[in-house]
Amino acid sequence: MQGNRVIGEAAIRAGCRFYAGYPITPQNELTEYMADNMRRAKGGIFIQAESEIAAINMVLGASAAGARAMTSSSSPGISLKQEGISSLAADELPAVIVNIMRGGPGLGNILPSQGDYFQATRGGGHGDYRTIVLAPASVQELADLTMDAFELADRYRNPVIILADGMMGQMMEPVEFHAPPPRRYPECYVLKGMGQGKSKFIRALILDAIRMEEHNWKLYRKYQVIAQKEVRCETFWTDDAEILIVAYGTAARIAKGAIKRSRELGLPVGLIRPITLWPFPTQVLQGFAARVDDFLVFEMNTGQMLEDVQLALGNTARIQFYGRPGGVIPTPAELAKVIAYQLRKK
Amino acid sequence: MKNIFSRPKSLKKAAFHYCAGCGHSITHRLIAEAIDELGIQDRAIGIPPAGCAVIAYNYFDVDMLEAPHGRGCAVATGMKRVLPDRIIFSYQGDGDLAAIGTAETMHAANRGENITVIFINNAVYGMTGGQMAPTTLLGQVSTTTPPGRSALLDGHPIHLSEILGQLPGTRYIERCAVNSPANITRAKRAIKKAFKCQMDGAGFSLVEILSQCPTNWKMTPVNACRWVTETMAKEFPLGVIKDLKAQAPTS
Ligand SMILES: Cc1ncc(C[n+]2csc(CCOP(=O)(O)OP(=O)(O)O)c2C)c(N)n1
Ligand code: SF4
Ligand SMILES: [Mg+2]
Repeated sequence: MQGNRVIGEAAIRAGCRFYAGYPITPQNELTEYMADNMRRAKGGIFIQAESEIAAINMVLGASAAGARAMTSSSSPGISLKQEGISSLAADELPAVIVNIMRGGPGLGNILPSQGDYFQATRGGGHGDYRTIVLAPASVQELADLTMDAFELADRYRNPVIILADGMMGQMMEPVEFHAPPPRRYPECYVLKGMGQGKSKFIRALILDAIRMEEHNWKLYRKYQVIAQKEVRCETFWTDDAEILIVAYGTAARIAKGAIKRSRELGLPVGLIRPITLWPFPTQVLQGFAARVDDFLVFEMNTGQMLEDVQLALGNTARIQFYGRPGGVIPTPAELAKVIAYQLRKK
Repeated sequence: MKNIFSRPKSLKKAAFHYCAGCGHSITHRLIAEAIDELGIQDRAIGIPPAGCAVIAYNYFDVDMLEAPHGRGCAVATGMKRVLPDRIIFSYQGDGDLAAIGTAETMHAANRGENITVIFINNAVYGMTGGQMAPTTLLGQVSTTTPPGRSALLDGHPIHLSEILGQLPGTRYIERCAVNSPANITRAKRAIKKAFKCQMDGAGFSLVEILSQCPTNWKMTPVNACRWVTETMAKEFPLGVIKDLKAQAPTS
């Protein structure tokens, strides 16, 4: 099944009942899948919005009204959604936002890229907030992480970003959907009309500086808990590695291919693959730095996750970077050459 | 003794922050009265804007969800689709509705979303200090049109209600004012009718209110009320713009 469609199917199975989106390549199959299948799901709502701004704000309304809600787009459209994502974070409302990244900046192109790492992992919109960022590297993981994204969004009442790229979205692989747990989202956070009780409101505006500060610290404490509990990371062939590649998503798949080639030549190379880009697996990297001196950050951009690796490792290791921006898909053979060169330099 | 005037149930016991003579206060009260009279306080959900009414959730005693600037109709769409039997109204200024939120408004109206919009046209950006609004009259002085709004440089006042009236998705649109007892009575009737339209599942309803902003118009409240009739209503004539209420909803 194709990656984009898998996200849609996983979302519906996870109980997503509201989807709004605006067409953009390379994620159109997801929007179309939702158009085809959302109305089939019990109570499912699909809206083709007039813009990404409208779509994310529809999601905001639907989420406040108690529905599991999702929107998807690709890089330029995600820029437009940032106002809404910031509002969701401020309002502490759950939502899942899928970014099938393409080459940028600006209109860029429609080819796979990882240029939106900074935007996704630093909040992305205005204000002091974070989103949980999940980076799948296979179609199976697109399914699993999409389901988990709804759980995480509910648990922390926070937007969750699925950060994949055009390659992931277009790729076909076999997939199995596991049964997600039933939703448990406290009614007290839902606006349904006051009924016989007291009225509630949800808002992002807090004019008083001290109360705004309190709200920011409250969010901060929540992010601290997320950072402690939700880090996910895969390691591959790390046991005897003398050089570790750090890569995520499509780049991590390419890296695995390169590592297999290199291992055949006897080169001791392994992979650290962050699955959560925020929270970043800082401690995992630090653990490896105790015995590995060389890290090679590999991204489909000019070096963004690189900064998180530098922050994690400081001067405790040598950090090199290899990247191809703009929608170029590097090959495993190309990366294997870089690995061989790095090891020869040692 | 018979009590003939009191605070509507749907207004909280809080003093408005609005300036003396401001049309927002009057309109808030009318909305609350309409909600009370229709018996929908339990299931009404309001969407306040960015604008002078940004803290309307401190005043209305119904559930409320703040929308980012201009996005009221998109937020209302999401809510209403999930909760079709609730009464969803967005409350938006002219900058909010007819400038930054034009796309969201037009398309919610065009989809015929079964929501109600209260559109406060005060011909300025009140909250940010009196800049030109899309509805600012030609020649009207604002902080960003110091010599007066020029058609050539600043464009014309936009008549969004009339534009929305052209869309097949809209059901009921009326322009009212809150500058005299007679106009206030008419405005209340229109707001009630708009809510009724939604309760009947008839589709998109909007009430535009020509609303005094004495502060930014630099007028006394009395002169501001006079200006609404003598000047503003010449550009934005009061009355029903569209009423398909009598017809059966299209499928
Ligand atoms: C994205 C964004 N841009 C600008 C603003 C600043 N802002 C707040 S209210 C407002 C205009 C309000 O004017 P109007 O909608 O006419 O409401 P009024 O205050 O006149 O009732 C502006 C520009 C904002 N809050 N958000
Ligand atoms: S600035 Fe104008 S619109 Fe705002 S509260 Fe004062 S009078 Fe009302
Ligand atoms: Mg205004």
